[in-house]
Amino acid sequence: MKKVIVGNHAVSWGVKLARAEVIAAYPITPQTQIVEELAEMCADGRLEARYIKVESEHSAMAACIGAAAAGVRTFTATSSQGLLLMHEVLHWAGLGRLPVVMADINRAVAPGWSIWTDQNDTLAQRDTGWIQLYCETNQEVLDTTVQAFKLAESVDLPVMIVLDAFFLSHTSEPVDIPEPAAVDAFLPRREARFKLDVNAPRAFGGLTTPAVYMELRMRQQEAMERAREVFEQVEADWEKRFGRRYGAIERDRIEDADIVLVTSGTVTSTARHVVNERRARGEKVGLVKVKMFRPFPTAALRDALAGVPKVAVLDRNISPGHGGIFAEEIRAALYDLPAAERPQVDGYVIGLGGRDVTPHTIAECLDRTRAGMTSGARAREDLWVGVKS
Amino acid sequence: MSQIEIKDKVPREELLDSGHLACPGCGAALAMRMVLKVLGEKTIVALPACCWSIIAGPYPQSSLHVPLYHAAFETGAAVASGIKAALLARGDTETMVVAWAGDGGTFDIGLQALSGAAERNEDILYVCYDNEAYMNTGIQRSSATPWGAWTTTTPAGHPETHVKKDILAILAAHRVPYAASTTVAHPEDLIAKVRRAKSVHGTRFLHILAPCPPGWKANDDETISLARMAVRTRVFPLLEVENGERWRFTAEHPGDPVEPYLRRQGRFRHLTDVQIAEIQAQVTARWESLERRVRASEPAPI
Repeated sequence: MKKVIVGNHAVSWGVKLARAEVIAAYPITPQTQIVEELAEMCADGRLEARYIKVESEHSAMAACIGAAAAGVRTFTATSSQGLLLMHEVLHWAGLGRLPVVMADINRAVAPGWSIWTDQNDTLAQRDTGWIQLYCETNQEVLDTTVQAFKLAESVDLPVMIVLDAFFLSHTSEPVDIPEPAAVDAFLPRREARFKLDVNAPRAFGGLTTPAVYMELRMRQQEAMERAREVFEQVEADWEKRFGRRYGAIERDRIEDADIVLVTSGTVTSTARHVVNERRARGEKVGLVKVKMFRPFPTAALRDALAGVPKVAVLDRNISPGHGGIFAEEIRAALYDLPAAERPQVDGYVIGLGGRDVTPHTIAECLDRTRAGMTSGARAREDLWVGVKS
Repeated sequence: MSQIEIKDKVPREELLDSGHLACPGCGAALAMRMVLKVLGEKTIVALPACCWSIIAGPYPQSSLHVPLYHAAFETGAAVASGIKAALLARGDTETMVVAWAGDGGTFDIGLQALSGAAERNEDILYVCYDNEAYMNTGIQRSSATPWGAWTTTTPAGHPETHVKKDILAILAAHRVPYAASTTVAHPEDLIAKVRRAKSVHGTRFLHILAPCPPGWKANDDETISLARMAVRTRVFPLLEVENGERWRFTAEHPGDPVEPYLRRQGRFRHLTDVQIAEIQAQVTARWESLERRVRASEPAPI
């Protein structure tokens, strides 16, 4: 069935198809449509879930933690300040190895108040032990939402589906909605290996001395490493059933490229347009879209970018005092390539607080990189694109 | 009360093992022991940070014979809400979900989540064992610390200057179906209240006074006598509230003077006679207010 729906509703439909059993949610713009639609679905019986209308995002995640620990499939959605409020309990879900699935609509953080997109909210959760998957289209959002449950429950890690405020959350696109029975075959009911069970009483999360804590962290890291492979299996299974696949990274015309743009989220679609234009003019420009940020697709990126002369990373985020976060991570991933294969990596900070990233913005990044203006330590005027003087 | 009566009233089943990590004379351990005796094995405990995070035992041990989820400090009621929702989603309507928190996790940092759960009338039992300060972190004041008390953050030169928050009235204002106060020194009252709580649905709240010998600077064999004195002096009245409306005393409160109760605790050692008189006045005023509330909520005579 094809429907024209906004990105937020693509999440809701994904959650419905996944048959989430407990939803706990709190409203925040621009996420609210997700949980409104889910409330409708629960109210009219299309989704048989217990829906807890909590008093904060913190309690939304805490309730999901309790429900996931009791062995059921759980979902919540949030954005920006709501995600930041959850920070402590995001760690709890991560190190507690609970397969909670959450959608976050990327929204800039305050002050000043902004409801528009950038990635600082989710990237600030980088080290909470959540798998993070950034989406470009509404179809990808729906597919990734269903896949997220399978991935989460396979590796006992929580998964965050990430989409841009308004550019995706509130933009309508045609979306193919799979048949429920086909999704049921892909994603059976959750059967937790360990759960709160009165017939097998266990304590979870108790005091952990230095003699054992480190191994918990190591297991978490191993699960993250495993998640890369499991994600590929999940995508392969999905492709077999539904004919669509996205990849932890996507390579678009990079084979002969002398400059490769690296993007995430909806900026990717604009960048594809710029690549088309430049290719038409004979410029050897390619694109790598990064969908998976945690676990970081290090090997895939090294494989894709080794030998490329120049890489321009577009960051809709900033780590103040350092730089664009994707750029820094990609530099680290490529650092120990042999010198002859190691690209020059230029990072650009663009589109913060929902500022438009136009083809012109991306063209400017490309041109700067081509001109070799930026390399090594960056001056302020090299990092920022699309700012007023 | 004869031995036979006690045996009849207190279930023999023990769901708390010896070898737990409570201090000698710990009221919190007694509270858990008695509450679980009534609730039985079909119970799941959500446990935010509190003394019980330690008492329960370190990984991979547990002193409890029921499933236990250690939760973040402010999340007791929310985690319990989630567990209950999960059980219901899988058709388990029987298992009791308990949020078990100290006074810090209830009166202070967990109050928002508790208020949310109570307002939604989540089908959980929330138990606050109240030792009147942050005892696990080393005796810092909470909003359950009584006026005049010494703690490490209210030193004797500047003791606690606020009266204890009226948590039972706060829960009653949410119109939860059942809210009650009891102590570890009143097992018959405590057990009756847990039974009562177990017999109804919705958010049930139990406020259990649990003396803390190290925190109160009292002898560890005085837990029971101090809790009994707290009731006799009307410092800690035993109450139950139905639907936020019907308030009832559940014990005799003869109104003994507060001074002997205070003088047996090192945390009040610095108090002057004037300050003790001030506490007596506060206790008397609150008692009179409670009496008015209880009288006002009595059903009209037929």
